[in-house]
Amino acid sequence: MKAEVLGRGIRVGMNGNSAVAYAVKQADVDVVAAYPITPQTIMVERLAEYVNNGELNAAFIPVESEHSALSTCVGASLAGARVFTATASQGLALMYEILWIAAGLRTTIVMALGNRAFSPNINIHCSHDDAYAARDAGWIQFFAENVQEAYDLVLQAFRISEDKDVLFPSIVNLDGFILTHSLEALNVLKDEEVKEFLPPKDPVNPIDPDNPMTYGPLDLQDYYIEHRRQQAEHFKASYPKIVKILNEYSEFTGRKYSPVKTYALEDADIGIMILGSSAGTVRYTVDRLREKGMKVGVVSLTLYRPFPIEDIKKVVKGVKVLAIMDRSYSFGSPGAQLYMDVSTALYNLRERPLLFNVIYGLGGRDLTPEHVELIARRAEEVAREGEVKETQIWVGVRE
Amino acid sequence: MSEPKLIKTIKDIPKEELFAPGHRLCAGCGIPILVRMVLKAIPGPKVVVTATGCLEVATTIFPYTSWKVPWVHNAFENAASTASGIEAALKILEKKRGGKNAKVIAFGGDGGTFDIGLQALSGALERGHDMIYICYDNEAYMNTGIQRSSATPAGASTTTSPAGKVIPGKLERKKDLIGIAIAHGVEYAATINPAYPVDMYNKIAKAALVKGPTVLHYYTPCPTGWRYDIDKSIEIARLAVQTRIWPLYEYDHGVYKINVMVKRPKPLEEYFKLQGRFRHLLRPENKWLLEKVKKDVEAQWERLLKLAEVS
Repeated sequence: MKAEVLGRGIRVGMNGNSAVAYAVKQADVDVVAAYPITPQTIMVERLAEYVNNGELNAAFIPVESEHSALSTCVGASLAGARVFTATASQGLALMYEILWIAAGLRTTIVMALGNRAFSPNINIHCSHDDAYAARDAGWIQFFAENVQEAYDLVLQAFRISEDKDVLFPSIVNLDGFILTHSLEALNVLKDEEVKEFLPPKDPVNPIDPDNPMTYGPLDLQDYYIEHRRQQAEHFKASYPKIVKILNEYSEFTGRKYSPVKTYALEDADIGIMILGSSAGTVRYTVDRLREKGMKVGVVSLTLYRPFPIEDIKKVVKGVKVLAIMDRSYSFGSPGAQLYMDVSTALYNLRERPLLFNVIYGLGGRDLTPEHVELIARRAEEVAREGEVKETQIWVGVRE
Repeated sequence: MSEPKLIKTIKDIPKEELFAPGHRLCAGCGIPILVRMVLKAIPGPKVVVTATGCLEVATTIFPYTSWKVPWVHNAFENAASTASGIEAALKILEKKRGGKNAKVIAFGGDGGTFDIGLQALSGALERGHDMIYICYDNEAYMNTGIQRSSATPAGASTTTSPAGKVIPGKLERKKDLIGIAIAHGVEYAATINPAYPVDMYNKIAKAALVKGPTVLHYYTPCPTGWRYDIDKSIEIARLAVQTRIWPLYEYDHGVYKINVMVKRPKPLEEYFKLQGRFRHLLRPENKWLLEKVKKDVEAQWERLLKLAEVS
């Protein structure tokens, strides 16, 4: 693997939770409403400390549930504030009703999601169940691969959500414990640099007694579908703006951000696609497999919603077999969530890779280089046979 | 704290209307009386949050709105938490960027307040947000078709507590919302009733001056759900007070006061016979339930008398 580009900033050591909280502080957020849940708790604690020590001039609202956390954020965002919340797993599930409302009312909330498995059985470690549960609700979603990305993506998420051509809330996903609790060295910007990239929110149609507006009216058969269509068009149209801001941040910091990341994919016969922190393990293994002569490459997504369809089509062109890895399971579906997205995106192409789905890592189970090698070998077999006999396999599970 | 601007007669009520006509609330509904009064009695800039329910669905049918003030609907159970966010945001934005502050008012029906929204309300009251929370209580889930709530009085027939041959309507007592509010340490809480408009106006004006959460509990007659003629709303509302089933009282910085002292209560039967939801209570086989309700009403009144005496 090539040496990492460190880019602009001061070198510090932080875990994912602290790095996110630090980014939120530097974003000079106005309102934080959140309910503690493992593995996100430290974010909320840090932010409360910043506020109580006078380091952050914000309203910290210690709400009584996640449902109220997001409801409070909706009110605050409509009132014109820059707003942050954080949750995980069951907390996200409890917020579910308000996820759609937050997006439909065009709030600009930024949420950090410390990805954690859904119950039962209760488990505090990483799955992507929560991220996937939010996929249809109209939120922009990013996946961080490491603590540096979690920090960077929070800053970019505020800028993107509040952009007048976007105006949708964002989720920054970071794998529970693997990123939330791992101490990592990262480069943080200076406060002035953050201000330069992220000026204060300039709200669109905020609550204003001098200009009264009705937010969230009853919308029946005669208008509802047009409003959904508008929202759909706006959400799609936000894509180029998202890319533009990612590019701007890349230039500003020297750290490259784009919706889709590839590694050793140009001449690859076999691709492995993944979200979140395990991408590093896959790249590490790919280096070793390349030494053994296997033509393997990696696709990982920084942007999950809106789904980067065209970019994915472009990068997997020429790949013979693509293994799509899901850290979740969708009961009764033809495949897990990322697999279904990619299948749909590629189906109408004349030439497309054969696809199969890999379930891994549920509830915090480690993904090892051995698992990745097994996946690559399976892909090689599929390539040789020219057909997919099993569309879904599980790795790292005792059968 | 400045003094509230109190009125003596209904002629003193300001003429300016911030709630436009043309909404689709039922004829005879008590809710618009409340809303007009609230928007008149609270001075200065204001923001209204409304829980899902009759008030919300009937006043904001897109592309129309009755609201000449900023108005927000989020969901059913979160009017208090949505209001919390608006209140906190306006306050911090005023401090940080010189934004405009406004009084935050939240409306919820008895479903959105007593039941599904109680947790959010409790959280907001405990955190001490500067807001007036007003429950318009029509004593059942009217918007979805008259299902019982924990605010439905004992004896009432609803679609989920029907007056059947074995179980003659709702058997459980009404929850004590004002008691719940007071237990959170609010400085001001009161019941209000459209048959007593001057009392209602003045209580809203008092609540508006408190810096912190206050709770008003409004009796809203519902011809559709209670089954009576639409011209009887105010008569029924007055009878509710005169029979002691719905006492008018307030809690003002630690002091309880019964605002309409009912020395000689009218018989509850007079109140019940006007409403389809209670009529079955007057049948001989349901006498036991009528007696139970009567006893409860008296016990509630005695308790209030004592609270007013000792405070």
